[in-house]
Amino acid sequence: MCGIAGLFLKSPALEGSLGALLAGMLDVLAGRGPDSTGFAIYGDEAAAPGMAAGDARVRLTLRGLAGADAPGLTRAVAAGLEGGDADLVLRDDHAVLLVPEAQEAAARALIARVAPSARVVASGRRIELYKGVGLPAEVATRFDLAAMRGTHAIGHTRMATESAVTVAAAHPFSTGPDQCLVHNGSLSNHNALRRTLRREGLAFETENDTEVAAGYLTWRMRQGMTLEAALAAALDDLDGFYTFVVATRTGFGVLRDPIACKPAVMAETGDYVAFASEYRALAGLPGIEAARLFEPDAARVYVWERAA
Amino acid sequence: MTAATVIDLDVATVRDLNARLQALGRDSNLGPVHVRHPRGRHALAVGVSAPVDILLDGPVGYYAGGMNDGARIVIDGNAATGVAENMMAGLVRVRGDASQSAGATAHGGLLVIEGNAGARCGISLKGADIVVGGSVGHMSAFMAQSGTLVVCGDAGEALGDSLYEARLFVRGAVRSLGADCEEKPMGAAERALVAALLDRAGMAAIDAASFRCFGSARRLYHFHVDNAQAY
Repeated sequence: MCGIAGLFLKSPALEGSLGALLAGMLDVLAGRGPDSTGFAIYGDEAAAPGMAAGDARVRLTLRGLAGADAPGLTRAVAAGLEGGDADLVLRDDHAVLLVPEAQEAAARALIARVAPSARVVASGRRIELYKGVGLPAEVATRFDLAAMRGTHAIGHTRMATESAVTVAAAHPFSTGPDQCLVHNGSLSNHNALRRTLRREGLAFETENDTEVAAGYLTWRMRQGMTLEAALAAALDDLDGFYTFVVATRTGFGVLRDPIACKPAVMAETGDYVAFASEYRALAGLPGIEAARLFEPDAARVYVWERAA
Repeated sequence: MTAATVIDLDVATVRDLNARLQALGRDSNLGPVHVRHPRGRHALAVGVSAPVDILLDGPVGYYAGGMNDGARIVIDGNAATGVAENMMAGLVRVRGDASQSAGATAHGGLLVIEGNAGARCGISLKGADIVVGGSVGHMSAFMAQSGTLVVCGDAGEALGDSLYEARLFVRGAVRSLGADCEEKPMGAAERALVAALLDRAGMAAIDAASFRCFGSARRLYHFHVDNAQAY
C-alpha cells in the first residue's frame, strides 16, 4: 500500500492554507499507510533582514532534537558563524535552522559539535522536511502542519514492506538541495544502483530502496539534467514498481512505472495541481468539483514548474 | 414517477448504504436511489440484486457496483480501480473515466464507460459486455474468456493477451496485440453485434462498420488437442 499526496499551487491565494490542505489529504490516506508519515513543504525564499537582495539563506532541517534548548542552540550556532546570523525554529523533535547560504558548511560543522544527536535531513532555500512514526493526524499535529504555508508540498503515509518502521525509513527522502521524493511501490535493482551512485559520490543514510530513487534523480540533476529529463532517464535505469512524486525548489513531477502498478489520480484547476493515491484524498480540496481529473499514464513524465 | 430515495454519504456510512441496497429482493419495486456525496469512497453499491436505479452522484473509489446482479447504476464522475468487477447482470454506466481493471471477471450485464478506461479493462472477462467511449490502457481483455469489449477510441499495448473466446472491437489504433490475439474478419454478424451494443450504450451515432474485430488465434498450449490429456 502506502499513500501519497502532493499539492502544487499555481495561485498565491491558497499559499496560507497549503499545510492545512496537505494535512487533510494525508489524514484520509491513513488506511493506506499507518506506520509512519512524512511531508516536505516549500516556503518563501526569504533573505534575512539587512542582507543584500539575492543573498539567500538556507534552511537546514534537523532531526533528533527532542527536548533541545532552542534559544541556547541558536546562540551557540550564531556565536560560531561569521556575522552571527542564525535563526532556529523548534518543532517537536525537528528544527529548522536558517543561516546564510554561504555558511551552510560551517553551520553543519557547528551543529555536529553543539548538537551531536541532530542529523541534517534536508537543506535548501525553501524545503522543510518532517517525518515521524505514527498516523498522519498524530504526526501532522506534532509538527503543526496545518499552520504551515508555502507554494508546494508532498507527503507520504507508509506501510512498511522493504525495511523497518523507523523515522529514518519514512518518506520523503531528500538527497539534494531543495529536492525530495516520495514513493509507492518497491524497487528491485536498488542495491546495484546504490553501489553505482556511491561511486559517483552520493551518500546514503539507509538501506531503503526509495532513498536510491531520490539519489538517482539528484545525481542526474547534478549532471545538468532538468527534472523532466531526470525522470525520463529513471524509466530506463530503475527497475520495479513505482509511483513517484518529486519536488524541487520550483518544480513538481510525477512518474509511474511502465505497467502502472501503483494507483494514482490527479486533479488540475487554475489554482493548483494535486496528486493522490486515491480520489478520496482529493475530495476535500477547494474547487475539486470543477477540476480536471485524470489518471497519469504509465511511463509518462509529468512536470509542472513555477517561476523561481 | 416515484420520488427518489436519497442517501447522503456525509451522514450515512457505506455499510448502511450497502446493507439497505442488498436487503432489496429481486422483486423489489423501489424507485430510484440517489446517493449523494460519494467523495471517492470505496465499495459503493456492491452486491445489489434488485432491479433498482442507483445514481452515485460524483467520483467513486474502488469496486463501485462490484458483483452487481441486476441494478442499473450510474456513476456521475470518475471511477477508481475495479468498477463493476465480477458483475453478474444489470448495468453500470460511468459518465467519466474509469481506472484500472474495469469490469474485471464480469460474467454478465453491461458496463458503459463514457470516457477512457485505464489498464487491464475487461481482464478475465467472463461474459459481460463492455462499451468504452474513449480509449483503453495496456493489457486490456487479458485472458478474457467470454463476452465483448467495444472500444470507440484506441487500445494500449498487448490487447487481448492469452485471449479465450471473448470478442474485441476497436475503432481507433491498437498499440500492439498480446500473445495469441489476432485480427478477425468483420462480417455482418459482428457489425450487428457492435451496433446493438452501441445502441444500448447510447452511442448509436457511431458507425459499427468503422470497428475492427480481434479474437483468439487459438495457438497457445491449452488450445492444442495433444495437450488435452494434461488436464
